[in-house]
Amino acid sequence: MAITKKDVEYIAHLSRLEITEEEKEEYAKQLSDILEHVERLGRLNTDNVEPTYYAIDMKNVMREDKKKESLDKKKVFDSAPEIKDNGFKVPKII
Amino acid sequence: MELYESTIESLHSRLVKKEIKPSDILDSVYRRIEAVDPSVKAYLKITKELAYEMAGQAEERINNNDNVTDLTGIPVGLKDNMVLEGIETTCAARMLQGYRPPYTATVLKKLKDAGAVFTGKLNMDEYAFGSSTENSGFFTTRNPWDIERVPGGSSGGSAAAVSADMCISSLGSDTGGSIKQPASLCGVTGLRPTYGRVSRYGLIAFGSSLDQIGPLTKTAADNAIMLKHMAGADVKDSTSVDREVPDYAAVLKKDIKGMKIGIPDEYFIEGLDREVKEKVMQAVSVLEKSGAKIEKISLPHTEYAIDVYYVVAPAEASSNLARFDGVQYGLREKADNMIDMYKKSRQKGFGKETKRRIMLGTYVLSSGYYDAYYKKAQKVRTLIKDDFDAAFKKVDIIATPTAPTTAFKVGEKSSDPLTMYLSDIFTIAPNLAGLPGISIPCGFDSKNLPVGLQIIAKPFMEQDLFDAANTFQQAADFHLKKPGLK
Repeated sequence: MAITKKDVEYIAHLSRLEITEEEKEEYAKQLSDILEHVERLGRLNTDNVEPTYYAIDMKNVMREDKKKESLDKKKVFDSAPEIKDNGFKVPKII
Repeated sequence: MELYESTIESLHSRLVKKEIKPSDILDSVYRRIEAVDPSVKAYLKITKELAYEMAGQAEERINNNDNVTDLTGIPVGLKDNMVLEGIETTCAARMLQGYRPPYTATVLKKLKDAGAVFTGKLNMDEYAFGSSTENSGFFTTRNPWDIERVPGGSSGGSAAAVSADMCISSLGSDTGGSIKQPASLCGVTGLRPTYGRVSRYGLIAFGSSLDQIGPLTKTAADNAIMLKHMAGADVKDSTSVDREVPDYAAVLKKDIKGMKIGIPDEYFIEGLDREVKEKVMQAVSVLEKSGAKIEKISLPHTEYAIDVYYVVAPAEASSNLARFDGVQYGLREKADNMIDMYKKSRQKGFGKETKRRIMLGTYVLSSGYYDAYYKKAQKVRTLIKDDFDAAFKKVDIIATPTAPTTAFKVGEKSSDPLTMYLSDIFTIAPNLAGLPGISIPCGFDSKNLPVGLQIIAKPFMEQDLFDAANTFQQAADFHLKKPGLK
C-alpha cells in the first residue's frame, strides 16, 4: 500500500504531530516500505481464527467501588508545566 | 578480584559474614563507573545520594539481622522507564526531561523492600523504541566489547552496565526482545518473564499486551534470585497473574537429564550469521551432553512474527503515547489553542523513531484499516501462539539464536528502519505468545563479540529456563569472560 504525502498529513493530524514538509516525504516512503512488508499477513487464511489480544489467559479484574488512597497532589503538580488554582492550566479549549 | 566484578550470590555470602559492608560494594561500583562509563555511556544519571542512603539502611539491617534477603546491599541499575518517586525519569526522551514521578513502580518498591541499592538510571532507546540504543534522546551507549559498536536495545544501558561491571545486576524491559537482544550483544544473562509474571505498574508503557520488566545479571543463578523478588501479582496491574512465585534459586538444578529441547527449523535461516549459527549449535551440543534430548521442531508461522509485531506494537504504542500532550507533565510548547499545543509539543518532544511508530500505529488502527491490519495481525498472532502450544506438547524448552548477528557498528542500521526491525526477528515470536525467554552468552565470534543463546519455555516455567541456563553455565564459562575495558 503506497502511503502518499496526503495520507501522511492526515495521519499526522490524527496523531497530533506537526511534522515538516521534508518529514512528510521521508515518512511517506518509510511507512510505505513497512506496510508493504506487513501486507504479507494477507497471504494467510485466518477465516476461522480468533484474534489474540492477550496471549496469557486473563479475566477481567474488578474491585469494589470504594474510595482508595490516590496520588499526592503536591507531587503530581511538581512536574506540571503550568498550574492555576487546583488544576493544570491549558490554552482555551472552546 | 574487585568487588564490582562479583556476583549477587558471592557478595551476599560475604555481606552476611560481615567481611564487607554494602557501602564497600557501592564504593567499588562507583569507582568502576567513573573509570569506564565515560567510554561506555550506560548511565543517564547516577543516584549517589539515594544509593548511599539505601546502602546505610542495608548495613543496619545486616547488623541487626533484620529481615536480610539475598539482595540486601546489592547495587542494581534501573532502566530509565521505571518510575522512582521524586527522581527524574525520562525514558531517554527529551519529552520527559525534568519529569519527577509522584509514585514508585511496584517492582522497584519490591527490590527496595528486599534491601537492594539503586545505583542510577540507565540509558535506552527513547520510549523503548529500538534495538540499538541509538534512538536515545540524549546519547548512544556503547558496547563494552567494542565501543564502536552498539550494545543492542532498547535496554542497551542495562546490558552494557552489567557487562562492564558497573552494577551487579540491572533491570530492563522487554516488548519485542529489548532485554534478550542487548543481553546477547553484550554477553550477559537477560530474562524476559512470562507476560503477567511481573507487575507493569510504574513501567512507562510501550505495548501493553507485550511489555515485561526483567533482570539482567552475570549468571543464571543471580537471575533466579532477582526474579524471585520481582515476580508476583499486583492489585495495581490487573494483567499481573495471581500465581505462586517459586523460590527459583533455592531449587535451581545443575543438570537437565531428560529435558527435551526443541530446535526450530525456521530460526536457522539465511540472514543468520554463520558464526552465530556455529556457536549456537555448539551450545545445543553442550546441553545434549548435559543430558538433554534434542528434537527438531517446526514453528511454521515464524516468518510472520515481525509483520504481526510491527502492526500490534506500534498500534498499542500510539495509544499509550497519547498521554504525552504537554498538559500534566513533560515538554509543553506555547500555543493559543489546544490542538496546536498538542501538535507542537509532540513534534518537539518526540524523536524520529517515536513519531514513525506513532503514525504507523495510528494508521493501522484508523477507521477503514483496523480490520485489515490490526485485527488481522492479532489473528496471525493466534497462529503463532498455536505453533508454540503444539511444539510444547513434544518438548519442554526451545533453543534458538537470540539475534541474527553479533553487535553491529553504530550507524550501520540506523538509516533504514526495516533493517533495524529485523534484528528482533528471533525474539519477537515468543513474546507475541506471552512466553518467557532467557538469553545467555554461548560463545564469541572471530571479532571477540558475544553470541547469545535464547531459551524459550512454557508460560510460568521460568524454572526450566534457569535450570537449563545454569546447567550450561556449569559446563561452559563464556559468561565469566569480561570485556577488556580500560
